[in-house]
Amino acid sequence: MKPAPFDYVRPGSLEEALQALAGHPEAKVLAGGQSLVPLLSMRLAAPAVLVDINELPDLDHVNVGADGVRVGALARHAQVLADADVARVQPLVTKALANVAHATIRNRGTTVGSLVHADAAAEMPMVLQLLGGSLDVVGPQGRRTIPVEELYVGPLESSLHHDEIAVEAFFPALAAGTGVAFEEIARRHGDYAMCGVAAVVTVDGERVVAAKAGYLSVSDIPAVVDLTEALDGEMTNASLARAADAALAVLEPETDIHATADYRAHLARVLTARVVSAAYQNAREEQQS
Amino acid sequence: MTEQIHEIRLTVNGVEHETAVPARRLLSDALRHDLGLTGTHVGCEHGVCGACTVLVDGQPMRSCLMFAVSAAGHEVTTVEGLENPDGTLGPVQQAFRECHGLQCGFCTPGFLTTITAGIAENPEPTEDEARDMIAGNLCRCTGYQNIVKAVCRAAELARESEDVQ
Repeated sequence: MKPAPFDYVRPGSLEEALQALAGHPEAKVLAGGQSLVPLLSMRLAAPAVLVDINELPDLDHVNVGADGVRVGALARHAQVLADADVARVQPLVTKALANVAHATIRNRGTTVGSLVHADAAAEMPMVLQLLGGSLDVVGPQGRRTIPVEELYVGPLESSLHHDEIAVEAFFPALAAGTGVAFEEIARRHGDYAMCGVAAVVTVDGERVVAAKAGYLSVSDIPAVVDLTEALDGEMTNASLARAADAALAVLEPETDIHATADYRAHLARVLTARVVSAAYQNAREEQQS
Repeated sequence: MTEQIHEIRLTVNGVEHETAVPARRLLSDALRHDLGLTGTHVGCEHGVCGACTVLVDGQPMRSCLMFAVSAAGHEVTTVEGLENPDGTLGPVQQAFRECHGLQCGFCTPGFLTTITAGIAENPEPTEDEARDMIAGNLCRCTGYQNIVKAVCRAAELARESEDVQ
């Protein structure tokens, strides 16, 4: 349970960090390390060089504007979770973060690091996908913005190049008349969920105008399903059942040591109804306030 | 390959230590083996059990999920640093003793550090908040009821000592 040897650099500027990465195709960026260090200790990963970005300046920001939330690469989950402006502008970020591991892990782990780790069992990649956010990365060619639709390309695989560093994530603000909800079911508090669902529902009066749900741990890459058509404008038990059918047609739950594929599918069905209806209630309250 | 060795300065419980470690030395191992501070226990070594929790700049973190080289320049507090300045048991330690908050004691250092930071942030935790505070720490003796009591008692003791000062 000890990592294999690696070279270590702790650059003081982004330029130096990029140089360190450019020189070593086998290099890996270390931010919070809450996913990376276990992988190293179990020797599931053995990079030749670790580029520790924790001392880079000006990357620990959480900037909230009317258009959304911008999270710097060194902002810890705990810092984003505690930010009242984040909860106001995009409450789904806050609701999901409360489910990320334990408080102790959130003190060290970074939100951007979790996005780049691209685990379909993790909360934040799914939330970024559901909200249609983006990730800013810097490489030898300069800075570019990767829309989330182009970010997740495979299990634990993002479209970042090996010589690029993710510097900022953008979560769009909650639109008017829109509500959100999040719930997951795990074997133990703080564990990876067997299934988790987030929903974004837009209403006009009592009618559902748009609805989307994101899913954890029931697909290889973060999954989002548009449920607008299945709900057909209404929020009833029948329309929720149709929404769950539509979701399960897309999802690919698998059996592992924690749960069978059937059980995960069952959880996805139950949570779809529960979370979509909670997001609908949230939207109705938003509308009335 | 010859492994790169890094000369680092670690500040632990207010004391500066100079040591030389390979980059892959986990903070937990550096504390125990290089500095001889064996109060920090290592359980699962992949961030699940919480036994190795230490405070880094006052925040609880898993010392098995950090490299010693990354901790250089930061203030680390281990269980050895939780006693009162006069050498008597600190409030969380005293509460564990009073409430029978430990049996085999293996998980205890991680609980003590976690709760120390927890009651600093929330000086009057309810029982539910106490449970939430320790949710990231596992006790193999399953002595959670008394640990929850100890959290509330520790908060009480800390408040009392604040009053005295």
